[in-house]
Formats: sequence, structure tokens, C-alpha cells
Amino acid sequence: MIRKWFKSGDPWIWLIGGAVTISVIMVIGLLLMIGVRGLGHFWQPPIVEATFTSDSADEQRNVLGTIRSLETVSAQSVRESGVSVPPAQNFVDRYLFKLGNRDLTGQDFEWFIADRLSDFRYPLDAIQLQRREWGDFFGYLEAILEDGEVVAEGEAAFDVLAERLARTSEIMRQINHIERYEIGDINKKIEAQRLERRRVELANNLAPEEKSRRFAEIESNVAQLNAEYDVLFTELRAVRDRSLRDALVARTPDGRTVTIPFANVVRATRANAMDTGEKLVEYGARFWEFLSEYPREANTEGGILPAIFGTVMMVMIMSIVVTPFGVLAAIYLREYASQGPITRMVRISVNNLAGVPSIVFGVFGLGFFVYFLGGNIDRWFYPEALPAPTFGSPGLIWASLTLALLTLPVVIVSTEEGLTRIPKAMREGSLALGATKSETLWKVIVPVSTPAMMTGLILAVARAAGEVAPLMLVGVVKLAPNLPVDGEFPFVHLERRIMHLGFHIYDVGFQSPNVEAGRPLVYATALILVLLILLLNLTAIAIRNRLRERYKSDSD
Amino acid sequence: MVTTINQNAGLDANRPHLKLDHESIALEATGLNLYYGETQALKDISMQIASERVTAFIGPSGCGKSTLLRCFNRMNDLVDTCRIEGCIEIDGEDIYHPSVDVPELRRKVGMVFQKPNPFPKSIYDNIAYGLRLQGVKSKRTLDEVVERSLKKAALWDEVKDRLDDNAFGLSGGQQQRLVIARAIAIEPEIILLDEPCSALDPISTAKVEELIIDLKESYTIVIVTHNMQQAARVSDFTAYMYLGELIEYDDTAKLFTNPSKKATEDYITGRYG
Repeated sequence: MIRKWFKSGDPWIWLIGGAVTISVIMVIGLLLMIGVRGLGHFWQPPIVEATFTSDSADEQRNVLGTIRSLETVSAQSVRESGVSVPPAQNFVDRYLFKLGNRDLTGQDFEWFIADRLSDFRYPLDAIQLQRREWGDFFGYLEAILEDGEVVAEGEAAFDVLAERLARTSEIMRQINHIERYEIGDINKKIEAQRLERRRVELANNLAPEEKSRRFAEIESNVAQLNAEYDVLFTELRAVRDRSLRDALVARTPDGRTVTIPFANVVRATRANAMDTGEKLVEYGARFWEFLSEYPREANTEGGILPAIFGTVMMVMIMSIVVTPFGVLAAIYLREYASQGPITRMVRISVNNLAGVPSIVFGVFGLGFFVYFLGGNIDRWFYPEALPAPTFGSPGLIWASLTLALLTLPVVIVSTEEGLTRIPKAMREGSLALGATKSETLWKVIVPVSTPAMMTGLILAVARAAGEVAPLMLVGVVKLAPNLPVDGEFPFVHLERRIMHLGFHIYDVGFQSPNVEAGRPLVYATALILVLLILLLNLTAIAIRNRLRERYKSDSD
Repeated sequence: MVTTINQNAGLDANRPHLKLDHESIALEATGLNLYYGETQALKDISMQIASERVTAFIGPSGCGKSTLLRCFNRMNDLVDTCRIEGCIEIDGEDIYHPSVDVPELRRKVGMVFQKPNPFPKSIYDNIAYGLRLQGVKSKRTLDEVVERSLKKAALWDEVKDRLDDNAFGLSGGQQQRLVIARAIAIEPEIILLDEPCSALDPISTAKVEELIIDLKESYTIVIVTHNMQQAARVSDFTAYMYLGELIEYDDTAKLFTNPSKKATEDYITGRYG
């Protein structure tokens, strides 16, 4: 009976089906976890207030914040950390509260034993402020100040809160614009003058009088720029003063009163008084902020725009480099090279290149691209900036080239496979019409094998976008204040360092000074990375399917 | 490739030699030997192909008829181990001479293969391919040639409304006529057909055969076929080959009704093997 069952092949089907099921479940589980945790981060949770009774039971304090998690731990480990737990109890539930107010209490996350908390309340007037510095603030709004004078108090304060916040946000945007663009622009011009001066110093073919004339010119330019800078700086001061006009007075859960200028507030929510619609709007706003803003506070707050931008730029430059390179190499190997031992060796080497650990590529990229190529470019084209490197330091272009090298084997192998799959009859058909070998290649073979090339590119993109280790050596940093593309000539700055989603995950999750605050961002960033790769791949797959449709033939 | 001209080859009395006195000669092979590595695939073949006639090659599989056909437009060049001795002349020029421009030769000697092999392009682009290679860009010329070629290949009425569709959407028989149209679009002198109907159903076969008979008005046609009825129906002259040798070459009518060699008779009557 059993033998018959085995012979029927059913066990195999179950085994195969089981393997597929497990893979699918794992993939879905992974995506679900990242999705739920990442997306959950932007939802405004209720603000909870509870009374905490300390060990000696004589001291009580108010706890106000949002509950981050609830977990059950063994009583033993809690006892060891110095908290007394009744001897009969083996397990203890504890809450992790996000309390905020790091500037006042020193820590913004704290564990509380559930048994010690009592009297849970959801006060309607509790507010949560996202601040530019010191993380979140939890407390109660007391009043709104304008130039130190109270303009609204109590319930009325909520009504003016949003309006004052909007005004200050607008001013903060102006400040940011002045600092980032106008002053930044002048700084760059002054730097350019410095480099010009250095260039004149280095020039051997200039007469001394000519040199001193140029120096004087540069001096006057710099003086003029400095004057412009002073004007801007005065303006900035004035704007900054205006931004400090409004402030709010809030009471902390432990009864202290603090004054917080609106200039330090990004957004304010009265979580417990919001209905679902308002929460959704808030959710959208936070999500958009995450996608479109620069990071704040050591990457634990704010957005990830530079990381998204850097990842996309890097992958695109990588694709632009790797596709022609890989395709040409594959065409040579498959169509022109005589299929002898040398070609076989080359092919084996290329395949093995795909198995080289990526950090090795990083080291190679640093040694060859950055120090050798970049260093020489600096010596030839940017001698005036030395010893400060221009291309001779890690940057976008070197990261992209390193990744291109890393993914080259994938493109070569899939293109070669595509070329092999083309039926001989198709080549003969073209040759029989009087086409030369290269005409046949470029007019028939290459177009027909474009889907295979796209497949190679898809695999390359997927690998490149997720790669982190080599990038740390060749151009990715934890904070890059300037995007690689901006309004300054030549608009695309390939030498700039970039931020990268993969590295951002590592940095926020493991290198951050405030791990608890960063954790949800890790999931959110991971989600964005997955979505980004998905988007890039879907685009490539759509292109490939269109090409397949266009070059549909019996061979596919 | 070593090219030697065996001066005596054509005079050997034992060799089947068809005197084509009343025909003009499109192609002449003399003392042709072909080797794949160590194996000799063609043995001392000498023959003439009559201009604007249909010549059929018959014989069992592996007898070298396709190989011989592929010598006429140097398709065998694609096989690395292939070596050829002897001489093939078209218009009095040795096509294996080193100075010969092979693509130019193939423009003069078109070829249609066993399995239809259209390019994965539109019907129009398939036909226009050869002309575009020659640098023809004028849309009007291309339009004219496409229409004329498709009409000659008796395909125009079936595809005139969908010239921009992918050629792979056509049926097998239509595809085969398409590649014939593609071959005649560049106005070759000779068209080589390598078992053009072996992948087709009987109705498509009949259409292609009609087409072949029409085409001999203006082209020299050499056809390799496994189908003896087909050879009998479409060809003017027939060559029977066996194991790389040209056994008998004669008027089709004579070869099928009154073969002069026993081997030929055995083959055409089905007693072969």
C-alpha cells in the first residue's frame, strides 16, 4: 500500500508543494512584518496617562506618553535589575512608554511594570509636539505667548495653536531657504574665489604684475561677497527673531511649566481629541514628511529624502554603466571570440566574479576608483583644490562604478544566454539576404535578445539596490547635506557623497544614539527600500514585456 | 579553404553529365569536394544548373544535397570545420575566389530554408530588410518592392491589411511564402530552396509549389526535396544524390520514367535501403 503510494509520485508532489508553500509564507510574512511595522509608525497612537507607584509604595508619579510595546519577561530578570517583584510571581508584564521630554528628564523611553501602573486615562487636552530638537514633547497646553504676552489661554489656546504654528513654519522655511541656498550660494562663490586664487598662485606662466592684478581682483570679489553675506546674515537674524515671537506654555506631567518657542515645533497633535479622519490626515502628512524631508536629530527624526534620492541615482548610474558594458562583453564572448579554452576561462572567471563577496568589491573600488582614478583626476583637473579631494574621495560616481562592476557578471551571463537562445535559422535568414555578420548582429540578433538583456538588468538592479557593505567604503555616508543633483552648475554632482536606504537602515537601527526612537524608522525605511526595488523592477519588467511582445518569436 | 580547379573533372566519362545544350547556364560546379573535418560530405561533384528552370535535388537523408545547395551561396562558410575543394562559377566567376564579396554573392543567390524563419519584425520590415541593408531608404521604393514581392509570392491578398503586424502571427505556410517574398525582394538571380515544404501542410505545400512554377519565369530555382512527387511536379531537371555523390542528373521526365542507373530506379520506386 505504502509502496504503491510512493510509486504514484504523490509524496513528491506533497514535498514540492510544501517547499513552495514555505517559501511563499516566508516571503509574505517578511513583507507583512515590514509593512505593518513600517506603516504603523506614522499612525498617531492615543496619549495615555497613568499613575505609577514606586517600589516603596509611598511615592507616586504621573506617566504621560504613548505605549510603544507591551511584553512579558521573567520576574527573575526584573528582580536582577533592582525592581522588587512579589516572590510568588514568575512573569511580569511591562510597558514601554514613549515619554518624550528628553530635555527635561534625560530619557524619552522608559519601561514600567504593568502591576505598578494604575488609573489609565486618555486626557483630551494632552498634546504631543514633534520638535526640531530634543525629540517629542508630551504635556498639557496652558497658553500661547506672543512676545512674552499671553494671547490665549486654556481651551482657546488650541484654536490659535495651529494658526501660530503655520505662521512659524512658514518663517522656518524662509530661514532654511536663506541658509541653504542664499548663504550656501555665497559660501560656494567665496570658495570658488579661493580656488581661483590658488590657481593663480600655481600658474607658472603669469608675470608677477599680472598675478598681483588678479589677486587684487579676487580680493575685491571676496570683499564684495563678504558684504553680500553680511546683508544676508542681518536679514537672517531679523527673520530668526520673527520666528521667536510666538511660543507656547505647557505643563509637563510632573507639574513643571515650560515655554517652548514655536520655532522648535514641527507639528502638534492633540491625539485623544482627534477623530479617525483627522488621524488619517495626520498620517498622510507624517508619511509625506518622511518621504520628502531631510533627516533631523541624527537621522532618528524627519525624513529620508536624501537616502531615497541617493539610492535611485546610484542605481540609475549603475544601470547606465553596466548595461552597455555587459552587453558588449557578452556579444564579444558569444559572437566573435573563438570558443576555445581561453574563452571558456574568461567565461568561468566572469561567472566566479558573481560569487566574490561584495565587500571585496568595496575594497577594490576604494583602492582603484577612489584613490587611483579619483586621485589622478584631482591631480590633472583640480590641482587648485588639493589637498582637499574633489573626485579623490568616496562619492556617487565611485559607488555606482563599484556596483556596476559587482553586477557586471549578471548582465553578461543573461545576455549570453539570450544570444544562445536565438535560433540558428534566424541568423542564416539574415545572412542569406546579403547581410554581413555585424549587420545581422545589430539588426536582428541584438534587438531580439533585448528581453534577455533586460532580465540581466533587472537582476542587477535588484542586487545593486540592496547592497550596503561595499558602499560604505566608496561613497555612502550617514548624513549627506546636499543632494547629488541641484541647481548649481553642473547640476549633477557625481563626486558628492550620498545617503543610501540600506545604509540608513543600518545606521538608524544600530549606530543611532537613540535606538528606541529609531526602531520604527528602520522598518519604515526598509519598507521604502523594498517598495523602491519593487518599483524599479516592475518598470524594467514592463519594458521587457513590451520588448518581448514586439520581438515575439518561436524561441520564447 | 583550398580552391583548386580540377581541369579534368568535367571530362570524366563515368560521371553523370547532363549536357544542357539548349539552356543558358546559371551556375556551374566543377570537381567539388567538401569535407567536414575528416568526413567527406561531397565527392567530386560536377554539374550545371540551367538558368530560369527548376532543378531538384533528391536523395536519402544525409546524402549531401543540402550541403551542395549551401555551397552555392557559401552558407557552409558558417561551419568552422568545413573545407571545400573545386570550383563553383556563377556568371563565369568563381564564387570561392578570395576576392569575392560574400554578402554581395548572397544577394545574388537567395535562399529559403526548411523551417520558415521570418524575423520577429512586422511583415513589412521583413520584406524591406534586404533592401534596407543595401541602403534603400525611400519609403516609396520600399512600399513598391514590398507590394511587388508579396504579390509575386502570392501573399499580398492575405496580408495587405496587416503589413505592420508581427510576422510570427502568420501561419506556417504564409510564413514560408513570406520568406520567399523576402528573398525575391532583393532581386536575386538564383533562389535556393532547402526543403521548403517539409514543415507545411498539403494545402500550403500546393501553394508554394504553384509559386515555384510561377517564379521560374524570372529566376533560376534549385530545390532540395524529400518528396519525389514534388520534384516530379515542379522541376525541369532532377539530380539524384547518394552518399555525397551525384548518381544521376537528367531531365525530370526521363529520370522518373526511365532512369539510367539501377540505384536511381531503386530509390524512386521505394526499394531503396
